[in-house]
Amino acid sequence: MDWDIVIGIETHVQLRTKSKQFSGASIKYGSEPNSQACLISLAYPGVLPVLNKESVNSAIRFGLAIDADIASKSIFARKNYFYPDLPKGYQISQFELPIVGKGKLSIDINGNSKDIRILRAHLEEDAGKSTHGVIDGKSGIDLNRAGTPLLEIVTEPDMSSAEEAVTYAKKLHDLVQWIGICDGNMQEGSFRCDVNVSVKKKGSDILGTRREIKNLNSFRFIKQAVDYEVNWQIDRLEDGKKIEQATILFNPESGETKSMRSKEEANDYRYFPDPDLLPLVISDEDISEIKKLMPELPGEMKLRFEKDLGLSTYDAEGITSSRDVTQYFLKLIDLGANAKLSANWILGNLFSKLKDKDLNILNSPILPKQLSTLINRIDDNTISNNAAKRVFENLWNNSKKEVDLIIDELGLKQISDSNEIDVIVDEVLKNNLAMIEEFKSGKDKAFNALVGQVMKASKGKANPAQVSSILKEKISK
Amino acid sequence: MLNLSLKELSQALEKKEFTSVELTQFFLNRIKKLNPSLNAFITVDEARSLAMAEKSDQIIQAGKKSILTGIPIAQKDIFCSEGWRTTCGSKMLENFISPYDSTVIHKFNDVGAVNIGKTNMDEFAMGSSNETSYFGPVKNPWALDCVPGGSSGGSAVAVAARLAPAATGTDTGGSIRQPASLCGFTGLKPTYGLVSRYGMIAFASSLDQAGPMAISAEDCALMLNVMTGHDEQDSTSLNRKKENYSNSIDKKIDGLKIGIPKEFFEEGLSSDVEKVIEEALKYYEKLGAKIVNISLPNNYLSIPAYYVIAPAEASSNLSRYDGVRYGHRAKEYDDLIDMYFKTRQEGFGDEVKRRILIGTYVLSAGYFDAYYLKAQKIRRLISNDFKSAYEKCDLIMGPSAPSVAFKSGEKQEDPLAMYMQDVFTISTNLAGLPAMSIPAGFVNELPVGLQLIGNHFEEAKILNAAHIYQKNTDWHLQHPKGID
Repeated sequence: MDWDIVIGIETHVQLRTKSKQFSGASIKYGSEPNSQACLISLAYPGVLPVLNKESVNSAIRFGLAIDADIASKSIFARKNYFYPDLPKGYQISQFELPIVGKGKLSIDINGNSKDIRILRAHLEEDAGKSTHGVIDGKSGIDLNRAGTPLLEIVTEPDMSSAEEAVTYAKKLHDLVQWIGICDGNMQEGSFRCDVNVSVKKKGSDILGTRREIKNLNSFRFIKQAVDYEVNWQIDRLEDGKKIEQATILFNPESGETKSMRSKEEANDYRYFPDPDLLPLVISDEDISEIKKLMPELPGEMKLRFEKDLGLSTYDAEGITSSRDVTQYFLKLIDLGANAKLSANWILGNLFSKLKDKDLNILNSPILPKQLSTLINRIDDNTISNNAAKRVFENLWNNSKKEVDLIIDELGLKQISDSNEIDVIVDEVLKNNLAMIEEFKSGKDKAFNALVGQVMKASKGKANPAQVSSILKEKISK
Repeated sequence: MLNLSLKELSQALEKKEFTSVELTQFFLNRIKKLNPSLNAFITVDEARSLAMAEKSDQIIQAGKKSILTGIPIAQKDIFCSEGWRTTCGSKMLENFISPYDSTVIHKFNDVGAVNIGKTNMDEFAMGSSNETSYFGPVKNPWALDCVPGGSSGGSAVAVAARLAPAATGTDTGGSIRQPASLCGFTGLKPTYGLVSRYGMIAFASSLDQAGPMAISAEDCALMLNVMTGHDEQDSTSLNRKKENYSNSIDKKIDGLKIGIPKEFFEEGLSSDVEKVIEEALKYYEKLGAKIVNISLPNNYLSIPAYYVIAPAEASSNLSRYDGVRYGHRAKEYDDLIDMYFKTRQEGFGDEVKRRILIGTYVLSAGYFDAYYLKAQKIRRLISNDFKSAYEKCDLIMGPSAPSVAFKSGEKQEDPLAMYMQDVFTISTNLAGLPAMSIPAGFVNELPVGLQLIGNHFEEAKILNAAHIYQKNTDWHLQHPKGID
């Protein structure tokens, strides 16, 4: 039997604010346990939450970026449950009236664009962390993270493969960094996905029962978990068994998913409006103020690069895939580098090196200033493309060196002086009379061989285009 | 010192007739003598109070005194006070030393008032008789076998028995006004949001409001002047200009239209109390006020609505007492869930558990709409009742409580009868309105309180009407025998 895969994603995006969602405590990652647990983080008797305006602005930025409705009035609600790392015994979240309503994010699937509908995005606070085994036989609680501002972004079940789910997650990951609301650090948990998966008979209108894979913090895990889960569900259905609604965890070591709790075990969260917080009211003026501060969005920029800089769709897409890459590219352009060459070098040589070393472009050992010089030297014929690759290698390993110095040291400067080339060509022609004859008798290959001889004689430094035209001129004399 | 008003005490301190240390020691001595029988205080810390008094004396010496500088104030044990044990009347917080000051405490400290001790209260402010306190019941100084009312029973008795010149209280459903009525003094619950709730241990967040408890309206005004003000730490705190409530307190009340809700004189009101209230209203007419008949048709729904909304909020507010970070934790337990169960089983009293259960129930899936949402609708209806009433009158008056102080233990086994104690006070909490109770007479030598309810932010109008009455009567100056 054929099956359709149906996937929806809830993403917890940690907002890049200075302080927590409802208190002034820092949200810095990796500090001494509980050093950022203020009285509010600790839920001391009598303390009250005060909403962080920065996080509200972040949510509005996101709403604007996905072309969504931003609620003029939204409500904070309490989600009640007991857990040691949830100090108040409830999480402040938004339930019935979220700050961001329906919007969309379009993704590229095999060159086709597909809209993923966003159902809502709401503000909430993170819980702390429980640690086990640090103190023998005891559990520890670290409340540094408790109260950290999150934006939870919920899609409609619009994705129909693991690839689409990963593409969406990557696109969202790029976007939240692009608009500056999240640092995107997945290892530190700044971007975590809960993926809802179900399968249904091909073409059927009736959705299957979904299972929710919790807390995936890498794109690879999303792919693996969804693939595993889809197979598991299909196997089960084909065996005539039923799927029970459940919350499941993915184990990266075994590559398997495992049920955490079934629907029956699910909490009744007893949501109700938080009486400690007033409804969040956002005016049209607030929104237009934030709109003024919005950066040009990736989609807009991509079109501009195609139109104004003549980049191919593929290159423009790659260059606008993340804010950091775009900024690197724009620096090259500012330094006068050729746009097409810049895109080629970033997406080609630079990307493959960065990938090898698992580096972000921000940490690239080759700085924009160096790469722009290198590109300019290709553009002004100082060096050939092949020579440029050698300079690039050299730069990567000796990043503090000047580009021009490396060109000199390696003696890669192209010979573009036609007198010099004349001399070499004459020399080669003198020694290869047979080849000239071959060429004259109609063998075109012989010409290429002659060019090769000239290049070899110049130790690869002669400008190939010049060599070719001088050769042609001399032979046909 | 015993019977001086706050203003008189302030003047005496200014004239150096006595020092703050002397005044503080005087009341500490009274507490030492009388508290064993009254049980009004949970925590008294002589050294701490005297140290505060010494500091206040220095401020007075330096000529930098403001009106409450050096005056001892009893603080309800619901207000977190740095370095003080703050129990909220519960075993759960029996050994909780607060690391910070609530805004109310902070404001009193700022003007150099002296914290004379933390007063007893119903556990987590849930109760109308001060019998739910883990630290034992408080006794009514007018009749030791009677309750003082609750939940601010300790503060009430501190004022009534002159263990302190004035006290703070909180009022979620009548917890300032009902004990003021039962103990014969003056207490005011301000408009919701006027006094910051920061550091005031939450019972029902949308209803809780702190207010002054003192001998007279004049004294309450002086207290309120200190307590109010916008607080960025409380999102529900109102951002409006601070008023001086003493300025207009002596205005004539000629032509003041007093609305009498007929619903306050139907079922539930004892006939003796009714007579006292009617006398008081006649007296107001003599003072130049006009009586207007009004109706609050949905008042009968206020108790049912309250006992959905308040427990719902409480069930969530009290979730933080889980034994993990502070407060009581069971000594022995098998695992996490067992620790939660035992800790909360041991740490909370019956009334608190009852309300957590009610609150959890009304918020549960499948019941939320029928209870919580319905109750919120009723809350709006009750607000609207008041809105229409204030089109016809300036103030609303009626009884504060349905009866005088009742016998200890009398209603303990009958929660519904106990809940009826707040039948005249709860609707104002639901509507967020300011209201006050002032002494208006006696039934069988037990005090009766008259309730004055104002429109939002009309504390000044209530205080004015109360003061004019108190200028012409001496009910508020009566005090129980055997405390001198």
